[in-house]
Amino acid sequence: MSLDFKPGAFDFFRDETFRESFTYRNSNPLRFPFPFDRDDYMYSVNMEPHVPGRKGTAFEHILDVDEHYVAEMIDRAKVLADDPLRCQSLPHMTLAGWDLLELIMEAKARDYPQWFSLTKNGNRWHWVNRPLGIEQSFTFLDESTLPYGPFEYITRQTQGDFSLQDERDNDLWMDAGMITSQADWSLDFDIGMSFMEWHAPVPLAHEKGVFDRALKFLLKLQHGAPVRRFNWTMTVNPLLDTAPETYPKWGPTKTTLTQENLGAKQHLRVELQSLYRLPRSNAIAFDIRCYLCSFEQIVTVPKWARRLHRVVRDLPDELAAYKGFLRNRPAMVEWLSKYDDGAPTSPGWWPDD
Amino acid sequence: MSGGAKLRVRVDSVTPVNDLIKRFRFVALDGSDLPAFSGGAHTVVEMDDHGTRRLNPYSLMSSPADRSAYEISVRRDDQGRGGSLFMHRHVTPGMEMTLSYPVNLFPLDTRARKHLMIAGGIGITPFLAQIAQLDQFGGRFELHYAARSRVLGAYMDRLTAAHPSQVHCYFDEENQAIDLSRLLATQPIGTHLYVCGPKGMINWVLSSAEAMGWPRLALHHEEFLAPGTGLPFEVQLAASGKTITVGTTQSLLEAMEAAGVDAPYLCRGGACGQCETNVHKCDGKILHRDHWLSPEEHAANAKIMPCVSRFEGKTLVIDR
Repeated sequence: MSLDFKPGAFDFFRDETFRESFTYRNSNPLRFPFPFDRDDYMYSVNMEPHVPGRKGTAFEHILDVDEHYVAEMIDRAKVLADDPLRCQSLPHMTLAGWDLLELIMEAKARDYPQWFSLTKNGNRWHWVNRPLGIEQSFTFLDESTLPYGPFEYITRQTQGDFSLQDERDNDLWMDAGMITSQADWSLDFDIGMSFMEWHAPVPLAHEKGVFDRALKFLLKLQHGAPVRRFNWTMTVNPLLDTAPETYPKWGPTKTTLTQENLGAKQHLRVELQSLYRLPRSNAIAFDIRCYLCSFEQIVTVPKWARRLHRVVRDLPDELAAYKGFLRNRPAMVEWLSKYDDGAPTSPGWWPDD
Repeated sequence: MSGGAKLRVRVDSVTPVNDLIKRFRFVALDGSDLPAFSGGAHTVVEMDDHGTRRLNPYSLMSSPADRSAYEISVRRDDQGRGGSLFMHRHVTPGMEMTLSYPVNLFPLDTRARKHLMIAGGIGITPFLAQIAQLDQFGGRFELHYAARSRVLGAYMDRLTAAHPSQVHCYFDEENQAIDLSRLLATQPIGTHLYVCGPKGMINWVLSSAEAMGWPRLALHHEEFLAPGTGLPFEVQLAASGKTITVGTTQSLLEAMEAAGVDAPYLCRGGACGQCETNVHKCDGKILHRDHWLSPEEHAANAKIMPCVSRFEGKTLVIDR
């Protein structure tokens, strides 16, 4: 695969960018997975079964393919061309890569037959990805029949960052990853780390025992019963690739916010994280799907406008610092306060009808 | 729902393997492929034994590459609580049953340079699937398999035929024993050791390896405990506000389920930790039978594993 696939084969997919011109937009903000189910926020394990949800939302299918699909895949290919170490898989993780390839191909062919198809004749598989113009015959479990390893091959065609955790010694080890739309963490730094090691920088949550409970929970994760949770942060400009490696390029944009441009430039960045036990490898796949929505689009939903103001205003300093927006918090609160009339909000994250 | 996702299957065949062991083959009720699994995984088989619900874990022994069916082997335990007897006496081809999705508490460490496997009796079953997996993806292994007699050495023929230089068999009746100290002393660096069999064998192998300086993280074992029988006892369930009596051949987990309490579980054999429950009050003695809690936790009596552990005494109140 190269950088030469083009949006336009289907009108559904937007021709847009996540860099330089930043033409990314959501056609329908109501589709955005707003992550706050109450007016305040603190870390919790907050896991729920990852089952198909409301039609017309990001939860309709287990792997959401939305209008940004083609543009995101072009952006990923560019990131990988600049820095191939954004995708790594340790030698013992190949089987887990095949597990993930199977999971993704089966889900996409089942849920989006207009765009994807998978035909199997024993281990002879034929995969068609129409939006990206890809057609591939290959032998399942035979690496030599694909242009990349199975993990890289399928994650170059799938929105969301993915890491694969090997389970050993009552712990999880991040032994593979495709990480190009990350909230300021580095696969190249974290590869091979254990669960507690890669979570070490997170403030407050260790003291609350969140990671002990989360690890215990994940070690019991079963095939056929995936789970999901939210995480979130803030990003200036709709930039998918906020990596530590490229911080000099995007970090300084945090200093460019004014009350006039904040609504358009400041984005709430939501990660819909889902976790799957993989069948053949017994590894765990972690899908970190990034959704971006500008403040000016969020405040078109009155409930979300009120709630986002309150969450940002009341967040503990440690979390605002860890999420990288302590410096801009007063400006965000000032901007958001204009959209909060103090009225009560209904429970749950869905917009009021 | 406790116990995770379920599979509806039909018994495709029942095959006597020897005097004590029968093999059961399951196919999906709707004829579709069953989920793939990894070598070492088990499934929990749900049985309706004339009104008594029994859930027993059995290792999957068929090839993980074959999604058309699952196979398990069940050793009949005439002194047990009845699960294996039900399988042997009442499960016949055509019957519909429910299995849990495969769960693996005994996986291969795929980084290992070599896999050294030690099996005793029916403990051979997870290794059959692991060897099939290694056959498919490559991987060096050696199996040492002890059985009481040649007649009871299930699947020895097929194993030695397929892997004549890697499989070594031993028979108690012929006074043959694994030369463990020589075996453990002559393995290449990076070897992982796996043992599955009777408790005595597991202890012997693990303690020998530790004494010889094997890294703890290179040692793997699996032992499912049968819940075991005991005197009836009473338990107060604080969260659901019920008081139940656990019968002689019933586990605490089964008694809770019979009382309509939805308690979490996975392996039902004291190994996985899923059913761990806090103890509010214990005036008496908890008979800890799991190998999930640490010796310190056993002594503290603040937690209990209801799938296998029992109680003797006046009052037990648990958080369920």
